[in-house]
Amino acid sequence: MDSGATAWVLVSAALVLFMTPGLALFYGGMVRSKHVLGMLMQSVFAMGLISVLWAVVGFSLAFGGDGKFFGNFDFAFLSNITKVTTVPGYTGDYALVVPVLAFVAYQMMFAIITPALISGATADRLKFSSYALFIGLWGVLVYPQVAHWVFSPNGFLFKGGALDFAGGTVVHISAGIAALAVVLVIGPRRGHLREAMPPHNLPLTMLGMGILWFGWFGFNAGSALAANGLAAQALLNTHLAAAAAMLGWLLIERVVAGHATTLGAASGAVAGLVAITPCAGYVGGMAPIIIGLLAGAVCYAALKLKATFRFDDSLDVIAVHLIGGLLGSILLGFFADTSVNSLGFDGVFFGGGTELLWNQARACAITLVFSFVVSYAIATAIHRTVGLRVSADDEQIGLDQSQHAETAYQS
Amino acid sequence: MKLITAVVKPFKLDDVKTALKSAGITGITVSDVKGFGRQGGHSETYRGAEYQIDFVPKVRIDVVVDDGDADRVVDAITSSAATGKIGDGKIWVTAVERIVRIRTGEEGPDAV
Repeated sequence: MDSGATAWVLVSAALVLFMTPGLALFYGGMVRSKHVLGMLMQSVFAMGLISVLWAVVGFSLAFGGDGKFFGNFDFAFLSNITKVTTVPGYTGDYALVVPVLAFVAYQMMFAIITPALISGATADRLKFSSYALFIGLWGVLVYPQVAHWVFSPNGFLFKGGALDFAGGTVVHISAGIAALAVVLVIGPRRGHLREAMPPHNLPLTMLGMGILWFGWFGFNAGSALAANGLAAQALLNTHLAAAAAMLGWLLIERVVAGHATTLGAASGAVAGLVAITPCAGYVGGMAPIIIGLLAGAVCYAALKLKATFRFDDSLDVIAVHLIGGLLGSILLGFFADTSVNSLGFDGVFFGGGTELLWNQARACAITLVFSFVVSYAIATAIHRTVGLRVSADDEQIGLDQSQHAETAYQS
Repeated sequence: MKLITAVVKPFKLDDVKTALKSAGITGITVSDVKGFGRQGGHSETYRGAEYQIDFVPKVRIDVVVDDGDADRVVDAITSSAATGKIGDGKIWVTAVERIVRIRTGEEGPDAV
């Protein structure tokens, strides 16, 4: 047991938890004022529901047992958790140097924010009770499985040589493609493409971006599960990628649309944070700056996807999280460097050939298919039974009044 | 008596208020309004999506005066609210049939 590592992982758990209210503000500022509480609530509610589900069954499904494809129920209800000093698969080079309970808490925070990410795509039109049902099912049927495959050294994608330092596939690709699935099931907001729906409070969005950036140090550097040089490398990579992605987004925005905007700065930074997530502990040098610049530009270009395909990904979860996550995971196949982390592999630019790139692509593809199919099935089942959307009237008066009987701003 | 209504640029409100006080006006009513005229709106861009904002924010000033003061007040507003650029606003004058001061029940010019 390493007390320094334990302290850092416990602090990182708190940092990652703080990202979820940060996400709430980031999204909340971008919706219209009649929906802001509904938006905030969807993120914050995940802190309630997913935490309990994680303790009851989620952690066990993700990290219990030696199975390649599925976890088991050994740790359900947190049973047996105090009897072990590490979790299955985390042995040898991967042996935990922090208490298992710190690992449980740290991973819990990832499980919370991941389904909350989806809520940006479906903004302004989900029935609260059905949203709760959706993320509850998603948090048990999708997230723990992908976490098991990719994070657990027992998982088949991990064993297959795919790298994901902090959740490019597990968090961002799985949530991003789930967002697309749900949007396809529920359809667009009423008035989409006919009436203007500008953000109602960009200062909230800027504050949310700041909290996300701050919390992301725990997300990525905490994923070292140690307080060492690798954690420092991951922290620096995280910061540089966010900074460079902000510049990349603003530059292309200034050229294409005429102005460098505050929403662009916030979006670019988050795109960079997403893209560096899988790479954070495997790359070094100027790689995070290159990855960040590319993330800013590519995610900006990806905004055009929804205009092309005419789906209503309201707050651009697909452009930022899905495309950003895919970009980071694939770029890792080029930039991974074993001199940064001997537990990784070398990418194309560091003499490793295309093997890692191929493994990354395979892990992305499998995550895409699995999350899309299961998310689509869950969303369809809810939509056909209790209904996933609010009524036209409820959507018109806003989620704040119709779902929560509250008003955000008293005049 | 006349009701003088002016719609002016918001940042000119202080100048207009000062001019009206100098002209001997003892009370005005101010409201935030929005609308469009020849100035038109402007466009805003969020994540590459352009929105046309048609309504421009303005300030509306209502003031009731004696018939004889009306022209002087209109002139005071015109000179204090003008910038010479498009979107300076409008002033219109309407006849007022009756006016009552609620506290005392006074009517007519005494109530202005």
